[in-house]
Amino acid sequence: MAKYLFRRVLASVPVLFVVAFIVFALLRLSPGDPAMILAGDGATPAQLDAMRHSMGLDRGIIEQFVIWLSKVLRGDFGVSLITGLPMRDLVLDRLGPSFALCLSTITLAVVVAIPVGVVAAWRQGRALDRIIMSGSVMAFSVPVFIIGYVLILLLSRGLGWFPVQGYRPLSEGIGAFALHLTLPTLTMSAPFIAVISRIVRSSVIEVMGEDYIRTARSKGLSERGVLFKHALGNAAVPIATVVGLSIALLLGGAVVTESVFNIPGLGRLVLEAVLSRDFTAIQTLILLSSVTYVVINLAIDVLYSILDPRIRY
Amino acid sequence: MFALPWGVRRAACIGVAGVVAALGAFPALAQTTVTAVMHAPLRGLDPVINSQYIVRNYAYMVYDTLLARDAANKIRPQMAERWTVSLDGKSITFVLRDGLKWHDGTDVKAEDCVASIRRWSAMDTMGQVMNTLLEGMTVVDDKTFEMKFKEPTEIALTALSKPSGLAAFMMPKRLADTPVSEPIKEELGSGPFRLVMSDFKPGVQAVFEKFKDYVPRSEPASGMAGGKIVSVDRVKWVTMPDPMTAVNALLSKEIDLIEYVPYDLLSILEANPGVVVKESKLRGNQSIARLNFSQSPFDNKLLRQAALLAIDQKDQMQAQVGNPKYYKLCAAAFGCGGAYASDIGADKVIKGQPEKAAELLKQAKYDGAPVVILHATDVPAFAAMAPVVAQALRKAGFNVQMRSMDWQTVAVSRASRAPVTNGGWSIFCTINGLVDVGEPLGYNAASASGKSGYFGWPDVPAIEEARAKFARTKDPEELKTIATDLQRRILDEVLFIPLGEAYSVSAWRTDMAPPLDTPVAVFWNFTRTGK
Repeated sequence: MAKYLFRRVLASVPVLFVVAFIVFALLRLSPGDPAMILAGDGATPAQLDAMRHSMGLDRGIIEQFVIWLSKVLRGDFGVSLITGLPMRDLVLDRLGPSFALCLSTITLAVVVAIPVGVVAAWRQGRALDRIIMSGSVMAFSVPVFIIGYVLILLLSRGLGWFPVQGYRPLSEGIGAFALHLTLPTLTMSAPFIAVISRIVRSSVIEVMGEDYIRTARSKGLSERGVLFKHALGNAAVPIATVVGLSIALLLGGAVVTESVFNIPGLGRLVLEAVLSRDFTAIQTLILLSSVTYVVINLAIDVLYSILDPRIRY
Repeated sequence: MFALPWGVRRAACIGVAGVVAALGAFPALAQTTVTAVMHAPLRGLDPVINSQYIVRNYAYMVYDTLLARDAANKIRPQMAERWTVSLDGKSITFVLRDGLKWHDGTDVKAEDCVASIRRWSAMDTMGQVMNTLLEGMTVVDDKTFEMKFKEPTEIALTALSKPSGLAAFMMPKRLADTPVSEPIKEELGSGPFRLVMSDFKPGVQAVFEKFKDYVPRSEPASGMAGGKIVSVDRVKWVTMPDPMTAVNALLSKEIDLIEYVPYDLLSILEANPGVVVKESKLRGNQSIARLNFSQSPFDNKLLRQAALLAIDQKDQMQAQVGNPKYYKLCAAAFGCGGAYASDIGADKVIKGQPEKAAELLKQAKYDGAPVVILHATDVPAFAAMAPVVAQALRKAGFNVQMRSMDWQTVAVSRASRAPVTNGGWSIFCTINGLVDVGEPLGYNAASASGKSGYFGWPDVPAIEEARAKFARTKDPEELKTIATDLQRRILDEVLFIPLGEAYSVSAWRTDMAPPLDTPVAVFWNFTRTGK
């Protein structure tokens, strides 16, 4: 396993390098000039040239890439072209809210979706199954921002239970932290509950026809035991895959939720960086996102062998 | 004599002591904080190299200006105690007022102001004009400095007092000596508020606290001038990327003020008795369509005039704003209601005349050369403009092509002087704050200096001569005459097409005193009323 992990980590290096280079090149080739954005219409061409020089944008693409990469390898992600602040500080500042939101979302999604999916599989073709599946289609189809607005209208503006917007870190108290995170979590988890519950349902249905399920039943095991111990355990591999992919998708999906609920997370940082052509910020964030994807994929592969001992690398 | 029993007296003493203690603690507990959602996120802290309005607003919180304009647009001293103009009109001496301190407690000195003016004038359009006339600046003593000019002019007073564009904010010499190619990353001003750096999260929030050593002027606040009396302890600017969230937050009392409410959300706030909705003409914007003089078809004056005639301002404002309460049809190149407002040329600007425009097309022997409009789709105010312009031009007979993109791409694409077949452009639409539009020297769309000028690059020496004359003129009546002549020439050459004026609408909770109606949103002379 250790050898396998080492090989995988090694294989991910060229992947990250290629991603970094493509992103770097695309940014430099796309229209947009941070110096012009910063200085506005009043700047003279000479002043713009001076600003581009101070930002290092007057060098060749390859030279810029090599300089940036050598700094990244030393752990220096550079400074944001727009704010002038170190990227490390900006990312760390936004990491907490994003991490909290992603963790609460995936936790809620898994906690709700797995039993719901198992119950739907158990009641396959009956009214309960149809209701659950109709609900999951709806939760997956309705745009996240509409779910957010409806929840704000009902639970914040209507009942006054939750704040409309904002984020409070845990250091300000568990109550404020939970209150501010509830609506965004409910909003963002809806499509993931839908997807995961459907996968759980189909995976469980598939294994329910297997011999060992019949054997378990014939041994007199309760239906709950059959479902959650034997069926769910053997359906775990595809479920782990979809949960892992959901975690990766959460990183991108958080942009809308973070905007609707005014959560200062990484999703918003990406959006701001793109709109203001903050090249350093975009490069850093996409590189970090790629690293996260690679790590999650690796973690899923490792998890396979734990969930199914027959899988060996 | 009547005496209370000891136990009662003891209890009374403890009670009184408790109340006194509570009152003593009261100021610390009852900090007044105003939470506002501003029109844009604050990311940069350098008001000299960053031209965004939000950076200007930030600078008014933490920095101060040497001079300022009052509500009647009259130049008033602000950090300056006074100024004197020499008899030959070639020199101006400024004396700083007593008690000015930077936020680190050190005194504001004349050398700081000289360094600040030097850095600012290298970047500001009007400052650059001023520099062409400037001979030099000399520090006389800690509180006095002199500006000497090559010829009699008072452009320094106009430039140093202008409230926007790049306003001339004073900063310590240490910061002001930073080259303009490098941004200033810290805050050290002498303004009425301090930025709390530990709470500053670029793009998310900026927290300001009252600068206790700030000494306001004794005159009442008027425009950007007068006494800046801070009546709140803290002001918190929160960024909300979704305007609907900001509206919901205001209705839920989570915030106190929204600086700019999108027009399509106003009806939600107007229906709520706990919220005041108010438009500000001073903070309004002029919408314009800028034409490219360097390429066909708008290198032809007749075709530019045809475009001017084709467009109907009401159609534009209906698409952009909707409610007539919040816009004004206006032909004035330098803004309606301003010092240089004029209705000369209104017969061509306000009402669309597609038939007359079509006649001009025939007269100009228009060959169907494509008119490429850069269409910014990501900013709601911009998104509505280009399609209406396109439709009006099509109606007149122009062959119009739209290129849709985000605003930042427009900002770069408009720098191209290539033919439209090779990535070039014919028209882009933009909006400018009326506070900037009202300055004939500072308004970039009113310049016609060819390749060195603003995008579109009109080269009209007569306009530049009139602007140069404006820079050297002191008499208000003569200035007005020159501005009117400038407007006539601008509309005749069609440097830009005025598309109307939209007012800025703010909303605040009814427990707030109404903020000052100033060209820039300010937080002095503003507090909670507790209603």
